[in-house]
Amino acid sequence: KKRILDEYVATMLTVPGVQTCTIGYGDSRRKTVFASSEGAYTEQEQVHVILRLAAMARQDGEVQQAGVSLGSSGDFSIVTSLHSQAREMGQRAVDLLRAPKVKGGEYTVVLDPILAGVFIHEAFGHLSEADFVYENDHLRDLMRMGRHFGGRHLNVVDGAAIPGLRGSYKYDDEGTPATRTYLIREGELVGRLHSRETAAKMGESPTGNARAIGHTFPPIVRMTNTIIEPGNATFEGLIGDTKEGVYARNWYGGMTSMEMFTFSAGEAFMIRNGKIAELLRPVMLTGNLFTTLENLDGIAGDLDMNQGGGCGKGGQSPLPVSNGSPHIRIQRCLVGGT
Amino acid sequence: MISHEVLERALNLAQDAEVFHVASRETPAVFEANRLKLMETRETAGVALRIIKDGRIGFASTTNLEDLGKLVDAAAEVAPFGAEARLEFPSGRRYPPVDVYDPEVERFSMAEMVHLGQSLIEALRAHHTDVQCDAHVSKGVSTITLLNSRGGSVSYTRSVFGVHLEGTLVRGTDMLFVGDGQSSCHPVTDTALILESVEQQLDLARTVAPPISGSLPVIFTPHGVAGVLIGPLLAAFNGRTVLQGASPLVGRLGQRIADQRFSLWDDPTIPYVPGSGMADDEGVPTRRKALIDHGVAATFLYDLQTAAQAGTVSTGNASRSLASTPSPGASVLVIDEGDVSYEDMVKDVKEGIIVERLLGAGQGNVLAGDFNANVLLGYRVSDGKIAGRVKDTMVSGNVYEVLNNLVAIGNKARWLGGGFRTPALYSAGVSVSAKK
Repeated sequence: KKRILDEYVATMLTVPGVQTCTIGYGDSRRKTVFASSEGAYTEQEQVHVILRLAAMARQDGEVQQAGVSLGSSGDFSIVTSLHSQAREMGQRAVDLLRAPKVKGGEYTVVLDPILAGVFIHEAFGHLSEADFVYENDHLRDLMRMGRHFGGRHLNVVDGAAIPGLRGSYKYDDEGTPATRTYLIREGELVGRLHSRETAAKMGESPTGNARAIGHTFPPIVRMTNTIIEPGNATFEGLIGDTKEGVYARNWYGGMTSMEMFTFSAGEAFMIRNGKIAELLRPVMLTGNLFTTLENLDGIAGDLDMNQGGGCGKGGQSPLPVSNGSPHIRIQRCLVGGT
Repeated sequence: MISHEVLERALNLAQDAEVFHVASRETPAVFEANRLKLMETRETAGVALRIIKDGRIGFASTTNLEDLGKLVDAAAEVAPFGAEARLEFPSGRRYPPVDVYDPEVERFSMAEMVHLGQSLIEALRAHHTDVQCDAHVSKGVSTITLLNSRGGSVSYTRSVFGVHLEGTLVRGTDMLFVGDGQSSCHPVTDTALILESVEQQLDLARTVAPPISGSLPVIFTPHGVAGVLIGPLLAAFNGRTVLQGASPLVGRLGQRIADQRFSLWDDPTIPYVPGSGMADDEGVPTRRKALIDHGVAATFLYDLQTAAQAGTVSTGNASRSLASTPSPGASVLVIDEGDVSYEDMVKDVKEGIIVERLLGAGQGNVLAGDFNANVLLGYRVSDGKIAGRVKDTMVSGNVYEVLNNLVAIGNKARWLGGGFRTPALYSAGVSVSAKK
């Protein structure tokens, strides 16, 4: 393992202009045993692999970095042939030193599958966690079933029963079997994520989303694998229809405060007259959940998963999750720059 | 004693070793939807071992105190792949007296904690019946013991008591989150300041102001300062980042990097502040030091290894959690007060905003000092008066530009969390973008 990582370090440092680099690799094997007085007993084992590569370039007191985060539920091959990606990170860090900042304001944005995955996790996933709404009458009303959230092309699902991903398991940490829960179907709210407690309080069924990051923490409602389902558009079409906008890819971070969410892209480009144009400094995108999903006007067919992240909530961080999407387009998204 | 046993075993196969043993007990009372939701007690204990074997550092940690042999073997197995050891464990046993333990924290009963939290919630809701409150009252004690093969030895106990109140106000799709808290090594029994702060946030945010964009004067309240400045500054002053050449401050010690009225200290000797202590997490005695002294970059923060690599001495800033090796970190940060009142700052702003809380501030190019964040709680100022809350607004900028364009520094600093004390900062010209 160390030998492979040393190779990546060496590769990144061969790019002229790269000052230093950081690689974080981790793997873990965890066995969870659950028993309850109701007679449930489960034993589950999970393996996780995570890797982050980041290169830093500096010139005249200016510093930029570029990185990528990957993960898998035990597949080591995601780590083994990243030499060209490592070189790309190095080159991008150097290119960013010369890239202009985006002019802050509202833009049409096209998000790549990885960034769109982070978007749906922050913008909608957390609001679907029933423990944010089950005690608050106003929020319960805002999140009533059948409420319109977006166009008919929008379908969002979360579930640990989707196999082979970092958020996959058979039973949650309360012994409830995992499910695949539709949150939005054809633009309407049709479901939410529950623990036994929130389900009981709201008169709905548990969905197997109660997770604890370790044995010293209580299980709380968490996401698992969160996905925007593929649509009929194409990536080329989404870009081609856009006169002026921002194409953003490769997540760097994301946060939510329910009504507002932010997520930041590691890579961004201007879109001009239907074509991808100049490289920009990393951008932050933010918005109001309720209007942004309404403004999501295009979903391509190329679903891909982001497995390189961990979710933080209630002091339990980083919890393994995955999120994914095809390329999507959002109108009138607020983009931060200068 | 566990630490001694681990050290002995380690020295059977390594030339040098350091044992870090931490045992803690925490009792949080969690309030949700205006009432007590749960109380629990969490006890953890663990040991971390660093060894220097054949010139390389091995590290392992465990919470399984029954099988110490496994801990030692794990450290030995990893050592050949470890960093080249440049550090020397400290041998001294003399430490500055820094009080961080108050037995009253342990004596504070669960019933009193529940009463404290419940009263605070009721006091807020007395005048704001539509606010839903969550709160957190917690007490905790931890004992740290450090032992190394050079004769170094230190042990101390720290108590921490925290009270935090959050309020949520939902009107249609508009959500307002307000909150404040206090943390100390003493019990926090007087919650008047917390209540006042949260009520003020509610009052000022009652109406939504029209959006404003442009390069504007911005007043960062103490919470705003914490949200924007601390991440980038700490990244830049971190000795490891400096060594890697990734800090924008490389080669700039002794140069002016901020307004000459601005000074930033790391002071782990302030008594009864949770971040303080007599020793850092490698057993190096702590001391007060300036990161920025009247605008001049004065000191980087180092632990033993990075200091040796940089050809200097540890600044007593080694920071670690049980499962990680030490690395440079700040303990207690203090920004010196200036001479302008917050009220006078507001009066001075013709058109601008006040930033209280940010969402996503740490996600940009933190190393370069950039910040780019959604203003979760902020107010518009027009003609010297606060005119309501701003929404759908982002601020973007660079901390070094902010610190070099300071109009004024506030004259009243306050503590935030367990380790940051700052006044408000008033900066000219920060980029503000709002949705139309």
